Amino acid sequence: MSTSTPQAPIPATPGKLVDRLDARAGRTRSTLSTKLASGFALLIAVVWTIPTFGLLITSFRPDGEIKTSGWWTWFTSPSITLENYAEVLTGSRFQLSTFFVNSFVITIPSVVIPITLALLAAYAFAWIDFKGRNILFVAVFALQVVPIQVTLIPLLTQYVKWGLNQTFWTVWLSHSIFALPLAIFLLHNFMKDIPRELVEAARVDGAGHVKIFFRVLLPLLVPAIASFAIFQFLWVWNDLLVALTFAGGQQNVAPLTVRLADLAGTRGQDWYLLAAGAFVSMVVPVIVFLALQRYFVRGLLAGSVKG
Amino acid sequence: MTSIRRRSVATLATGMAVALTLAACGGGDSDNNNAEEPGGGDADCTAYEKYGDLSGTTVSVYTSIIAPEDQPHIDSYKPFEDCTGATINYEGSKEFEAQLLVKLQAGSAPDIAYIPQPGLLKTIVESYPDQIVEASAGTMANVEQYYAASWKEYGTVEDTFYAAPLGANVKSFVWYSPQMFNDAGYEIPQTWDELLALSDQIVADHGAEGVKPWCAGIGSGDATGWPATDWLEDVMLRTAGFESYDAWSKGELKFSDPEVQAALTEVGKILKNPDYVNGGLGDVSSIATTEFQDAGLPILETGLCYMHRQASFYAANWPEGTDVSPEGDVFAFYFPGVSEDARPILGGGEFVAAFSDRPEVAAFQEFLASPEWANAKAIATPNGGWVTANSGLDPNNLVSEIDKLSFQLLSDTSQEFGFDASDLMPAAVGQGAFWTEMTAWIAEDKADDAVLTAIDAAWPN
Repeated sequence: MSTSTPQAPIPATPGKLVDRLDARAGRTRSTLSTKLASGFALLIAVVWTIPTFGLLITSFRPDGEIKTSGWWTWFTSPSITLENYAEVLTGSRFQLSTFFVNSFVITIPSVVIPITLALLAAYAFAWIDFKGRNILFVAVFALQVVPIQVTLIPLLTQYVKWGLNQTFWTVWLSHSIFALPLAIFLLHNFMKDIPRELVEAARVDGAGHVKIFFRVLLPLLVPAIASFAIFQFLWVWNDLLVALTFAGGQQNVAPLTVRLADLAGTRGQDWYLLAAGAFVSMVVPVIVFLALQRYFVRGLLAGSVKG
Repeated sequence: MTSIRRRSVATLATGMAVALTLAACGGGDSDNNNAEEPGGGDADCTAYEKYGDLSGTTVSVYTSIIAPEDQPHIDSYKPFEDCTGATINYEGSKEFEAQLLVKLQAGSAPDIAYIPQPGLLKTIVESYPDQIVEASAGTMANVEQYYAASWKEYGTVEDTFYAAPLGANVKSFVWYSPQMFNDAGYEIPQTWDELLALSDQIVADHGAEGVKPWCAGIGSGDATGWPATDWLEDVMLRTAGFESYDAWSKGELKFSDPEVQAALTEVGKILKNPDYVNGGLGDVSSIATTEFQDAGLPILETGLCYMHRQASFYAANWPEGTDVSPEGDVFAFYFPGVSEDARPILGGGEFVAAFSDRPEVAAFQEFLASPEWANAKAIATPNGGWVTANSGLDPNNLVSEIDKLSFQLLSDTSQEFGFDASDLMPAAVGQGAFWTEMTAWIAEDKADDAVLTAIDAAWPN
């Protein structure tokens, strides 16, 4: 009964809003679908892709040619070799797979830990009333402005004291620390968007916090979680600074990026391998992105603007 | 034990398939290490008895030497590990210079670090006097016995000897193609004047075909300019003599003093002469944009360039399969001095500093300064590209011709050895203004005076 009263105005406002947005989208669509605009978009797409395309061609060229001529000369004198890839995959004294595994071992907990903690924190900030909630939330939000560089040495000093140095723990903890403020902020705003009536209805039906969290909120949060997971996955997977500082270059903890950074050799004499190395390391982020991209678009704006 | 825990976490986290890969490559690694044991594994341990039994101890080594040059280093520790029972844990990183300071500041210093610049050693001694430890007595004895006195001096800060020399490289080399020289009937120049005469000869004979006598490149990421500083140092060592060079590297002689000006003028005769450079690569300013790794390749690829001045380690930059020998595709001759008798050498090297006084660390530092290590390293480097100034090295253990020539030059004690001055100067100059101003000298055609005054201005007071 009580839920029906406030429902009346709710469909009205979003209805108008949706109409307006639809109209605007229609106008934009017609502007964008002119020949000129399509041509422009195509041009941007091509220009944007050319460097990557050049990198792809370079990765298949023999090292003598990479060093002496540009990739565009490949069209006039094409020659293809897989040696660069063979060298990247098997050339070092360590198997590249070791670094792949390390990258996964670093990345997966570094995504799971902050999301788990941030979900709990966001729930508390959104749906549990406690004293000082707003001040605490502003404090967490403000932490986003701390640049990670200034934390490196104090954190490392602490890890050394705790004896965690050069283990995966340092990287997991650091990435979690760095990710939490943004994760809490995004998920909190998304949770706040969920109609209060849903939560109240569940509470009336006798659900506690745990049940509300798992049964009501979590299914609705999937796009937000997925989009943040992609962000965090790409950031951790491509990270060199945090891994190098905390885990170091030991082969039992070093991720793929550390290996890639050292790929060019002591005096940079093997820099021709970098193109192939870039493509090898790109494989996983591309797969993750393609697999989760339908959530990505849906969840991109989730929580970032409060309606 | 931590590794077992880590593995189980890995298994949980990444699923069965990944775990299988992990197990497979983990096994593969240890097999490799055992299989690649260098010759003479357990042959003779008498030279190692003085180190005592170090079973169960571990020494961590942190260096800037990475794959593929790291494997010979790891292999060269085998006799020490086999005879003493100690384990050496090797870690190399391209970010060594920055990361070593981070480690020191956070209190997680490695036991041993290979420091490539005496200037960095000085910084560390001044900033972290509690962490770096003096070289052990055995190390000192080895260095005094097997190295020239000047090498010991480079590892010394304020009368305390910290770091023993390890590897060395010779920078006073000019790379050329023996075959091209033969075809044209050119002789290897023995003096600076002959070198310039030969350059003129090449211009006269082949200039019309677009051939230039010299090719050069000083691009090297954020270290762009260092090959040009080597040029100036090499010429300075010749025209001004060792005494002035030494004073210059310590800051007692200013860049704007006449000796340095004269040397820069001589360098300009080659590097800023449009008739002489930049064979196969462009005009004078292309020197600044060419990566140093690629700068000598026109000798081999197009034949548009006859000579390229670069250190012994440039041997690694020739494409695979290149025959680097006096009769082969490419080789190097000694960058000539002002006269035939004066043959000073410009070079560089790494220094072994210890950050722990545990007995196994002291023993390992001593081992690295010994002839046993020098020879083990030479044997473990089957493709060449490594040399040391340790006089206990048997030259027959060196495989490549260029290494043999380098060692011959390094072990000639009648000649002065000048350590790369930019590595001795404070970082603001040696890794800063000296690089950037030399780059401006070439790229923007900045005047000699302006360049030298600007470098002087960067020298910290």
